[in-house]
Amino acid sequence: MPQRLDTLKNSEQELRIFRVRALLAVLVVIVLTSLLTGRLAYLQITQHDLYSTRSEKNRVRVEPLPPNRGLIYDRNGALLAENRPTYNLTLVRERVDNLDDTLALLVELLELPEEDIDAFNVRSRQRQRPFQPALLMSDLSENQIARLAVNRHRLPGVEVEAQLLRYYPDAEVMAHALGYVGRINAEEMQTLDTGRYAGTHFIGKTGVERFYEDRLHGQAGLRKVETNARGRVLRELGRTDPVPGDNLTLTLDKSLQMLAYELMDGRRGSIVAIVPDTGEILAMVSTPGFDSNQFVTGIDVASYRALQENIDLPLFNRAIRGHYPPGSTIKPFLALAGLVEGAITPDSTIHDPGFYQLPNDSRRYRNWLRWGHGRVDMERSIAVSNNTYYYSLAHDLGIDKLHEQMSNFGFGQRVAHDVQGESTALMPSREWKRARFNQPWYPGETLSVGIGQGYWQVTPLQLASATAALANRGHWVKPRLALEIGDELVPRDLPDTLPDIQLDNEGWWARIFSGMEKVLTGHEGTARRTGVGLEYRMGGKSGTAQVFSLGQDQRYNAAELEERLRDHALFMAFAPLDNPQIAVSVIVENAGGGSTHAAHLARAMTDAWLLNDNAPDVEELKEVLNEDTTGVEGN
Amino acid sequence: MVPWQLLSRSFRRYPVRPPNSGIARRKSIWERIHLDPWLIGLLLVLMVAGLFVLYSASGQRIEAVIAQAVRFGVALVVMVVIAQFSPSTFLRWAPIAYAVGLAMLIAVEIAGDIGMGAKRWLEIPGVIRFQPSEMMKLAVPLMVAAYLNRCQLPPRLRDIAVCGIIIGLPVVLTAIQPDLGTSLLVASAAVIVVLLAGLSWKLIGFVGALMAAGLPVLWMNMHNYQRQRVLTFLDPESDPLGAGWNIIQSTTAIGSGGLWGKGWLDGTQSQLEFLPERHTDFIIAVLGEEFGLVGMLMLLALYVMIVGRGLWLATSSQDTFGRLVAGSIILTFFIYVFVNVGMVSGILPVVGVPLPLVSYGGTSSVTLLAGFGILMSIHAHRRLLPR
Repeated sequence: MPQRLDTLKNSEQELRIFRVRALLAVLVVIVLTSLLTGRLAYLQITQHDLYSTRSEKNRVRVEPLPPNRGLIYDRNGALLAENRPTYNLTLVRERVDNLDDTLALLVELLELPEEDIDAFNVRSRQRQRPFQPALLMSDLSENQIARLAVNRHRLPGVEVEAQLLRYYPDAEVMAHALGYVGRINAEEMQTLDTGRYAGTHFIGKTGVERFYEDRLHGQAGLRKVETNARGRVLRELGRTDPVPGDNLTLTLDKSLQMLAYELMDGRRGSIVAIVPDTGEILAMVSTPGFDSNQFVTGIDVASYRALQENIDLPLFNRAIRGHYPPGSTIKPFLALAGLVEGAITPDSTIHDPGFYQLPNDSRRYRNWLRWGHGRVDMERSIAVSNNTYYYSLAHDLGIDKLHEQMSNFGFGQRVAHDVQGESTALMPSREWKRARFNQPWYPGETLSVGIGQGYWQVTPLQLASATAALANRGHWVKPRLALEIGDELVPRDLPDTLPDIQLDNEGWWARIFSGMEKVLTGHEGTARRTGVGLEYRMGGKSGTAQVFSLGQDQRYNAAELEERLRDHALFMAFAPLDNPQIAVSVIVENAGGGSTHAAHLARAMTDAWLLNDNAPDVEELKEVLNEDTTGVEGN
Repeated sequence: MVPWQLLSRSFRRYPVRPPNSGIARRKSIWERIHLDPWLIGLLLVLMVAGLFVLYSASGQRIEAVIAQAVRFGVALVVMVVIAQFSPSTFLRWAPIAYAVGLAMLIAVEIAGDIGMGAKRWLEIPGVIRFQPSEMMKLAVPLMVAAYLNRCQLPPRLRDIAVCGIIIGLPVVLTAIQPDLGTSLLVASAAVIVVLLAGLSWKLIGFVGALMAAGLPVLWMNMHNYQRQRVLTFLDPESDPLGAGWNIIQSTTAIGSGGLWGKGWLDGTQSQLEFLPERHTDFIIAVLGEEFGLVGMLMLLALYVMIVGRGLWLATSSQDTFGRLVAGSIILTFFIYVFVNVGMVSGILPVVGVPLPLVSYGGTSSVTLLAGFGILMSIHAHRRLLPR
């Protein structure tokens, strides 16, 4: 480019200008370089610790290793609760870009009904420690796992996680006794030791699973892993192994439990069997049962509603929470109370005209046999289940002593050592009535209590444990479900047991037992049909409980109504008489036909336990029951 | 007289001439091949160091290192070839290169390939894929210098206006591709020429004030997402998973390096891929993490020495065109370094500027070394005239 002629270039001046500017540029370079140096020194020296920590946090992830939950066995080593390998769907919120989209995509991929989005929403938004996976769904099918695998790139933060899931092989039979585990909910999350439960999604909700949660759960372990930016684990940096939960051996006998469940044959009710001298619960059945496995994986709304609204209340554990008037089953206990208090002797008699009258009262309290049993002593009063004898005895004792004596048998209290959710039921007293109704106690109410009616309510477990104490000749043993925890035997002497019941004359126990034996074998015995062909000596007592009213919000059709107004059949028994090995209580709701039904079931239980190979055939027994449940006299 | 004018007197003795003026000194081998041994030596050290860092930053892929080395080889050949031309050739070709570059920018705008969401590439299928804006990094300052070479300096207002148009056209065309980073670099390379030519301080002050006053107006007219970007730059923690992620990860990488670093190939931020774009724009964070402050300062020192040598060569140039072009090339080089390190260490917003001769990438290396070729040509073709 030629220079223009009109301008005269001044080389000297241009060089001077350039040098000044170049010098300035040098200054600028120095200043800017110092700025960078300062910044780098700040980052790498001053803030080094902060960024070191941050870089470590980036790279090192601590993964929880959930412990294996302890297994549960019956007394013979049969597996009652096991852990089954399954695949769960989990989600780490912090790694998800758009939660709503992700959940919608999951519902679509897994072919779930739209409603499940809501459940997913709740579960995924549950409060968690940051970067802890939330459990969305358990027990994925192979098909679902495959679909998730194919779409993995669309689902950051979503993982399919192999985990052991609780499984109950005989869920319906064991549901009430064992309880079940379920997802840890928000409330439980608040109180849990998060370190111990890191990575655990389940917790015992009811029954043994809840009571022994502490032992069954174990201790979570940790794994420190190095991950890259995409969260892929590259190597393990350190590890603390989880401590598995203790295995639990229960006192339950699986075959006896299953027999009891079959014996109930779909009827509502409960059977509890206890070893008298150890308190070991052999069977504890509440029917109808339910499939507790549904609760482990998360029951769907429809199934849950069906269970909730079922009028047979399958979720209700009758064995420990069912309140039943004990009826005549408590007559042996009352007789014993009379002996202890000196109100009767085994040989003292009354005359029964068919009714009892309080002094200065015209009201007649009736025996169940209109024309009366005539002269009645203690043994006969038990065998024929005479009411008048017990009206008289109850009146003589008075409510205060009655309450005191019956409390010694565990009535009105939680009796068991390790049964979760047990009810106290109700042993009425003057104080109780004052507190509850602000009313005085009336003498007539004592008479009702004397025949196991009125306010008195027992649970099947209470009735069984009182029977066991009676069979032990007054030695009280706490019922319990755990035989061994881990490798330790549960000690036989448990704290807080009730005092033993002392009789002045040890021989009187035999007199009471004799009365109870006559219930089954005497020519007048109320359960003499049940006693036919007994191969060992057995004592028992029948009872019926009137159903007074129905719940107000329950609606039944006429046939159902009639069925549900029938009396409950009760029976308590123990055998053999001289060396008791089993005590049983049976309650069949609305059985009708007096107590026979319950008596047959009790015999079937003792037969099964004592005769082993000679155990009765359940089908035959059911036929007998159908014939016998009509026409036998009451109480 | 202002202090720098006093200082500038000491420059009077330059360029150094042989003691017996008038008698042609025997040329050294370097002078005969028109290269500067100091500059070449420093550049080679930088490139070798860069390859080591690249090996680590590429996830230890030797293929990447080889590919980069091959590019360096090509770029060095380009540099040597360009250095053989005399500065007058550049002066003559500057307007043509500028015109062709401008035409190609317009062609890109009309028929360009879209890559990474922007039209930057011009392709003659099967022959060459080319980024015209890259060429303009050299063509524009050459053109401005060529124009100013004709004027009396310091430039008058009319000359400055012409320069403004020369600079403005390609910058705007590049900016709307959109490639704001490159357009700013093209602009700064050209503006440096004007500044070195002696743009009056009054005017510099005036434009500075105008820009400062314009900032609030600019803010008012920005889109929300643009404002968000500015805010994220000011506080990266406010958007840790989005735009702030890069800066958080790069400052974490640098900061965790400490004084001595975690050791070559042992940087967890880099090797575990927490660091984004670790082998391109953010490569210096890998150096910072693995070699610590010591490594960083050594690299900065290397750059400063190259800039120092370059400025020395520029000052020793005998004509205005050479001085302006050489000064612009070397200062633009420094701006690359400053913007990149400033961005990665979190004192400048994230713009896509690679670290010269260390970041993985071919085009920028070729452009850079072509620039150094021009620089050496200007230095080595001095006429040995008596004073």
